[in-house]
Amino acid sequence: MSDTQSAKQKKSARLAIGEGPGTKLVLIIAALTFLGLMLIAPLLVVFVEAFGRGIQVYLDALALPDTAAALQLTLLVAAIAVPLNLVFGIAAAWLIAKFDFKGKSFLLTLIDLPFAVSPVVSGLIFVLLFGANSALGPILDGYGIKVLFAVPGIVIATIFITFPFIARELIPLMQQQGSSEEEAAVSLGASGWRTFFQVTLPNVKWGLLYGVLLCNARAMGEFGAVSVVSGHIRGVTNTLPLHIEILYNDNKAAAAFAVASLLAALALITLAAKTVLEARFAGSLAAQRRH
Amino acid sequence: MQVRAVNISKRYASLAALDDVSLDIKSGELVALLGPSGSGKTTLLRTIAGLEHADTGTVYFDQRDASESRIQDRGVGFVFQHYALFKHMRVMDNIAFGLRARRKNKLKDSEIKRRVLELLDLVQLSGLEKRFPAQLSGGQRQRVALARALAIEPSVLLLDEPFGALDARVRKDLRRWLRELHERTGHTTLFVTHDQEEALELADRVVVMNKGRIEQSATPDEIYDTPATPFVFSFIGESSVIPVQIGNGKATLDERVLDLEIGALPDGPAQLYLRPEDVAMITDGGPGIPGLVVSTRRIGGMRRVTIECGLARHRIEFDTTSEIPIQNSQRLTVRVSGGRVYGSGAEGYETERLASSETSDVKWARAEGWLDR
Repeated sequence: MSDTQSAKQKKSARLAIGEGPGTKLVLIIAALTFLGLMLIAPLLVVFVEAFGRGIQVYLDALALPDTAAALQLTLLVAAIAVPLNLVFGIAAAWLIAKFDFKGKSFLLTLIDLPFAVSPVVSGLIFVLLFGANSALGPILDGYGIKVLFAVPGIVIATIFITFPFIARELIPLMQQQGSSEEEAAVSLGASGWRTFFQVTLPNVKWGLLYGVLLCNARAMGEFGAVSVVSGHIRGVTNTLPLHIEILYNDNKAAAAFAVASLLAALALITLAAKTVLEARFAGSLAAQRRH
Repeated sequence: MQVRAVNISKRYASLAALDDVSLDIKSGELVALLGPSGSGKTTLLRTIAGLEHADTGTVYFDQRDASESRIQDRGVGFVFQHYALFKHMRVMDNIAFGLRARRKNKLKDSEIKRRVLELLDLVQLSGLEKRFPAQLSGGQRQRVALARALAIEPSVLLLDEPFGALDARVRKDLRRWLRELHERTGHTTLFVTHDQEEALELADRVVVMNKGRIEQSATPDEIYDTPATPFVFSFIGESSVIPVQIGNGKATLDERVLDLEIGALPDGPAQLYLRPEDVAMITDGGPGIPGLVVSTRRIGGMRRVTIECGLARHRIEFDTTSEIPIQNSQRLTVRVSGGRVYGSGAEGYETERLASSETSDVKWARAEGWLDR
């Protein structure tokens, strides 16, 4: 009697804190299998395929002038789009988190728009906006400014697609922190700029860094919208993702995977940079979080 | 610095947070804004600080219209309920923030450091200047927040529920400490609280607010002894309320004339507000209000007894010494010896026990069969 009772108690105690060992094992295996299949295996395939035919094929693929041009263009687009969205994202997050005004939720929805719209459609929007039959296209053409099938179009499409990343990362963080620290700073005599740089920014720097990295990864990897506006001019308007597709369609699978590994490496480097930064500042981060 | 708020009104959507509020604070005074949540006390404090803008009305610092100067230039030391310390800065950088943000008369680093250490000494936190806010206890954080506010040599110190987030013991210590600090530094100080004990203990003057209006502004003694409105009476301390009828200068409960002297209150229905100390149990068989004990509980050395009396079972609370045993459902008689009567108007009237004993009490009680026991 007492034995079964204590067994029952034991069981209920275990249920209160977690599952039994068997269930745990199944859940862990399921999670790991999923993670391996969906995330790690594809990444490995890219590198295996890239180096599959030897290092020479790999280096040759990277040495193509079109590859160098695509890499350059990709870095240029990211270098323009990310800082612009950084400024926009901080401004939008600041506005939404620290002030109350009419139409706030509408603005929030608007910021999410690039997430909701398919990238191809986004690209088409810009074709309609700047194309030969549009109102804007001929005017800009008159000044000798070419937007579509040129670098400006690619930059604009990338900015549109990566619009929400930084703002979306910062808004919940800033909302959760409230504005009493800013109010304290202002009542102590600090100007708006000083308050922003010494109080607001340090409080969101980790979220901001994460937002910038995500924004950057997407800016370098964007395919759909850029594909529509770029015109696929080899060596001129091809970014890395577009270049990979062209190589693949030309039956140059090894070369395609070689370039793909380059893109994947760029992504891995940004993630590694984030991890290193976080580890280095873990102390001050933990101290703040405990607050 | 004298602070005056004149005819301040502020609305949030359909809710009036402040409804034509005027308040004078003398230089060097320590004033408490007391009220329940939603009474507008924090809005008033934030309006004076410049953190909120009033729809109408003006705040004057001495003779100067404060709305003409930016919040940065008002020279207001504001202490927030949840401290609002800069999490990423060490204690000393927190306190030095206001000194470094100065535009005029910039101080040298050595001078700033000297001032910070001085302030840390003042708030009794010497040696903790290198800590981060997360490494401090709640009471220590609040004192850092206070030192930070004092660093800019504010003309007025404003505190928003300064002890609200602290546990009872730390609260008590900090309260006494703040009072001493005020006596030493002499800042004009205004603080918000919902804790009547805190307000009465700490402040020179208590301003009781309700629904965006000031109900009464007076010394702690006056607030407790002569509350101007029923709201103030029931918000400050324990109270029992019984509805009475006023007629011919007398108050009646269930057609029984109470043993009380009523002032110049007009005839009609009124409310009699009683503190526990206005009610005493009669043990010598004299006349009084009979009632039935519904609960007793110990409060320190006293026993608080709740009885139901009259036909409508109005509850009255009073204290007895803990030696007298009292059980639930016991019948006993109480005598009302004070309290205040409030008519339908806002004005309150003091009542006093009549010198002569009314026999109607006894008659009524006999008729009800309460006194036979």
